[in-house]
Amino acid sequence: MTGEDVPIDEDELQAFVDERLDGPRRDAVEAHLARHHELRERIAAERRQRASLRAQLQGKAAEPIPARLRIATIQAARRARLARRVSLIAAAAAIFVVGASAGWFANSLRSAQPVLTAQVPTTAIAQGAAAAYRTFVVEVAHPVEVGVAQETHLLQWLSKRLGHKLEAPDLAPFGYRLMGGRLLPGGSGAAAQLMYEDSAGKRLTLYVRAADGTETAFRFQQDGDAATFAWIDQGFGFAVTATASREELLPIAEAVYKGLTSKG
Amino acid sequence: MVDPGALLEPLIPALRRYAYALLHDHAAADDLVQDTLERALSRWTSRRPDGELRAWLFAILRNLNIDAYRQARRRGAQVEVDEVDHSETATRQETALEARDVLAALDQLPEEQKSLLLLIGVEDFSYKEAARVLDVPIGTVMSRLSRARQRLRSVVENGPVALLRRVK
Repeated sequence: MTGEDVPIDEDELQAFVDERLDGPRRDAVEAHLARHHELRERIAAERRQRASLRAQLQGKAAEPIPARLRIATIQAARRARLARRVSLIAAAAAIFVVGASAGWFANSLRSAQPVLTAQVPTTAIAQGAAAAYRTFVVEVAHPVEVGVAQETHLLQWLSKRLGHKLEAPDLAPFGYRLMGGRLLPGGSGAAAQLMYEDSAGKRLTLYVRAADGTETAFRFQQDGDAATFAWIDQGFGFAVTATASREELLPIAEAVYKGLTSKG
Repeated sequence: MVDPGALLEPLIPALRRYAYALLHDHAAADDLVQDTLERALSRWTSRRPDGELRAWLFAILRNLNIDAYRQARRRGAQVEVDEVDHSETATRQETALEARDVLAALDQLPEEQKSLLLLIGVEDFSYKEAARVLDVPIGTVMSRLSRARQRLRSVVENGPVALLRRVK
C-alpha cells in the first residue's frame, strides 16, 4: 500500500460503509483504517448498524402483498369512485344538454329536415323529464319550489312561464297526491315539473315544456328504475315519470293525457 | 399504455418496508402505502417517463408521511409525543443497548436522517436516487448521511437520553 498521505474524505468513508467502493479505492480506505484505530472502530460500528437495520427489516419485504394493496384492487376502487362522480355530473348535465339539443332540433326542424319530426322531440322530452326526476325526486329538504298549499299561485306562475295553461291532473285514483312543483330550464325556454307522492312516499312527476310538433304517440323510456311516458300535444311536450313498471305507469299517463286534453 | 400494475407491484414490498420502518406499525404502514399507490395512480400520466419510478414513488410516500405528521402536530399530538418519550426512554435505551435494536434507535433521529439511512442503507438507493427523493443536491445527501450515521451510533451506544439533552 502507499504511504500515510492517501487522502480519504468522509464521502469515501460513507461509500465504504455502504460497500460501494470499487477495488483500488476500497483497498485505500482499508489501509487508511488500519492505521487509524479510532476511525476504524467508528466505521466498523457504522457497518454493523447498517447490517442490523437491514436484518431487522428483511422479513418485512419478504411478506406477500396484502390484497388491499394490489394494484388491481386499488384501480377497481378508483374506477368505481370515478364512475359515481361521472354519473352525478352526467345527471346534472343531462338537464342542460337535453335542453340545448332539443332547442337545436327544434330549429333544424323548422328549417330543413322534416324526417326527424316525430321521434326526436319526444325523446328529448322523455330524457329531460327523467333527468329532472332523478335530480329532484331524491331531494328531501326541497323536493318542490312551491308547495301544494299555494297550488293556485304555483299553476299560475308555471303557466305564465311556460306560455301554456297548466292544470295539475288529479291522480288521487292512483294514490298520488300533488306535492307542488318547480320551474326548470327546458329547450329554448322553461320547463315545469309537478311532483306527486303516494302514501308510501313514492314519487311521480309530470314534466311539461314547449316542443315542436302537434301530436305524437306515447313514447316509453326506461332509465334505471325510473319509467317515463312522453308525448307531444299541440306544441307542448309532456312526460310522466315514476319508479314503476310500464304496466303500472301506462294508465296514469293515459289519465293525465285525457285529463289535460279534455280541459285544454 | 404500459399497465401500471406491472411496474408498481414489484416495488410494493420495498414501499411497505420503508413505511413500516418509519411508522413502526404494520396497519398504519399499509395505510400509508395504499395512499401512496392511490396518489401514484391518479398522477400516473403526469409522471416523468424516464424510469425513475422508484424514486418518484418513495418521494410520494415520504411526503404523505411528512404531511400527516404535520397535521398530527397541528392537532396537538405534540404533548402526547413528549409524554410518551419520557416514559419510554428507559426501556428504549435498554433495548437499544441490549438487543442492538437499531430500528428503535432510528426513531430518535429526525425524519430526514431516518429516511436517508433507510433509503441508502436498506433499500440500496444510489446517492443520486436518494437525493431525488429528498429533493436536495447530492452533496447534501453525503454530508447528511455522515451526520445521520454519527447520530445513530450515538443513540445506540449512549441511549437517547444523552442525545436528547444535547439536542436541547
